[in-house]
Amino acid sequence: MKHLIKNPRDFWAGVMFLAAGGLFAGIALTYKLGTAARMGPGFFPFFLGAILAGLGLAISISALRPKNAGPTVDKFHWGPIFWVLMPIIVFGVMLKILGMIVMGLMVVIVSSLGSEDFKLRPTVYLAVGLVIFCSLVFVGGLHLPIPLCPGFELFDKFAVCRA
Amino acid sequence: MDSSLLANLQLGFGVALAGTNILYCLIGVMLGTLIGVLPGIGPVATIAMLLPATFVLPPVSALIMLAGIYYGASYGGSTTAILVNLPGEVSSVVTCLDGYQMARQGHAGKALAIAAIGSFFAGTVATILVAAFAPPLAELALKFGPSDYFSLMVLGLIAAVVLAHGSLIKAVAMIVLGLLVGLIGTDVNSGIARYNFGLPELIDGVGIGPIAMGVFGFGEIIRNLEHGQKRDVFVKRVTGLMPTWTDLKMSFWPIVRGTTLGSMLGILPGGGPILGSFSAYTLEKKLAKDPSRFGKGAIEGVAAPESANNAAAQTSFVPLLTLGIPSNPVMALMIGAMIIHGIQPGPQIMTANPELFWGMIASMWVGNLLLVVLNLPMIGMWVKLLTLEYRFLYPAILLFCCIGVYSINNAWMDVLLAAGFGLIGYVFGKLDCEAAPLLLGFVLGPMMEENLRRALLLSRGDPAVFVTRPISATLLVIAALLLVIVLTPSVRKKREETFVEDV
Repeated sequence: MKHLIKNPRDFWAGVMFLAAGGLFAGIALTYKLGTAARMGPGFFPFFLGAILAGLGLAISISALRPKNAGPTVDKFHWGPIFWVLMPIIVFGVMLKILGMIVMGLMVVIVSSLGSEDFKLRPTVYLAVGLVIFCSLVFVGGLHLPIPLCPGFELFDKFAVCRA
Repeated sequence: MDSSLLANLQLGFGVALAGTNILYCLIGVMLGTLIGVLPGIGPVATIAMLLPATFVLPPVSALIMLAGIYYGASYGGSTTAILVNLPGEVSSVVTCLDGYQMARQGHAGKALAIAAIGSFFAGTVATILVAAFAPPLAELALKFGPSDYFSLMVLGLIAAVVLAHGSLIKAVAMIVLGLLVGLIGTDVNSGIARYNFGLPELIDGVGIGPIAMGVFGFGEIIRNLEHGQKRDVFVKRVTGLMPTWTDLKMSFWPIVRGTTLGSMLGILPGGGPILGSFSAYTLEKKLAKDPSRFGKGAIEGVAAPESANNAAAQTSFVPLLTLGIPSNPVMALMIGAMIIHGIQPGPQIMTANPELFWGMIASMWVGNLLLVVLNLPMIGMWVKLLTLEYRFLYPAILLFCCIGVYSINNAWMDVLLAAGFGLIGYVFGKLDCEAAPLLLGFVLGPMMEENLRRALLLSRGDPAVFVTRPISATLLVIAALLLVIVLTPSVRKKREETFVEDV
């Protein structure tokens, strides 16, 4: 199987488009398609999905031809993926409960762990500085509706914590 | 026409020079220069990040500031190109070739000055061109029916991939994927929520913020981390900013040619600053008496591409302001910003919102002036910033992005979506899929569906309407011609060559 794929990057890109197109077109069938004159919600996405799947198939097939040979897909580095995306997800889920001060420190410190030359002390300074900056500029100055510190039901008793 | 142009420009400068607007223009170009100098963050992610910060501003000030970030970034990008041999932005890739060599020979100041002077000249000419060409184009666009609009978008999208580099068919697939992602959310005609997978958070669709920040911000950061960033700052102090008379004489025609080429390519969708700078460099090398000087510190090799990329950055606002069609990812975000501020992008902006239209055009010239006047003296500060380590930079970018993406809609779901698009963007990179067409498609998706629907409703379902209406037919023929031209083997080879140019 492997030796048949002459251009792995194109091949897998094609597979990705084929799958995405198939998914969009398949789901579109569950909506009303309608006619060309009176299009239902499924009409345009169904045809786009079908086109995408067709393009994907064409890309994958052309990746099997020897004259289109190309480099292999570089390996995925799960370390950076984890250290960058994990704090973002935690930030999104926990912001309303824990607030920007705690989550800001968390994002900066945790994401720094993804760097090869991580040093704790400068990272902590950076985190504290950035959180103070963001609190002053974004919440204080621009009035973005970001909870600084949980002022919500759960922690309402701790009035100290309310910004 | 001339007197009305003057009156319009007067109105524009009135808006652009108003106290607060000039301040926001200044903030915009400063931020732009900053991110242009800093590695690992481009104008797309920055503009997406700052969208919520502009909510408190009036629309004109907001768009003036966001536009400033865009062309400011190309200034900053050339600074890094010259001083560290790393292009801060893609559009300054060619500037590295001769700019860095000039710096190594001790002419860093001269290179920076010529880049700034060329950019300013180009910015001035391009501003006048935008002011002169936008109104007639907008008037023409007002005559467009739904079928014409649909064909125009098809042409815009085709042109965008034809002029970009990389695999054509993959770029087309990325556009279609973008169109589909743009359809997520409630269908305006039937009220049915599409592709929301039962999640109430997706009923309003996916915002442009999470996509732009995920793919162009987070995805980029992951990629940078896996490579590890090392940069050697060659020049510690920059002296000799004043170019000599000979330098100016040598760069005059390259600047003029670069401006002309950049202005023309900028108007075309997908062309923009990148293509402009590459082709301007190639042209200078072809015209030079002694082409072997190029790559060894030829001043023309800095002057021409820098003028071209700035000219193109300005004129790429033409399709946005007149047709409501984005020519590159930054313009796609500007459309997003307009919609958030309650402005419907399209040809009616000029008549419905003349202050915004002319204010933005005038602000481009003001912004260019600010860049020249402020940036050359501040070069020492930018050099210091160049030495900033990436390990301190990316956590800060991440935090700003998190806050930005959350604040657009106060939605935690947007943060998770951005993380998801970060992973998708990383996968795109691994598979050599350019992300820019995705964003263009995403913005145009709902508009295309709406116009297709209206066109076919009017024609009672007859698709012939796209080829029987003259405007629509012309646009489609141009689109088809573009595809045919690009697919001919000789042009295909040439297209690939344009983007390599010894880089």
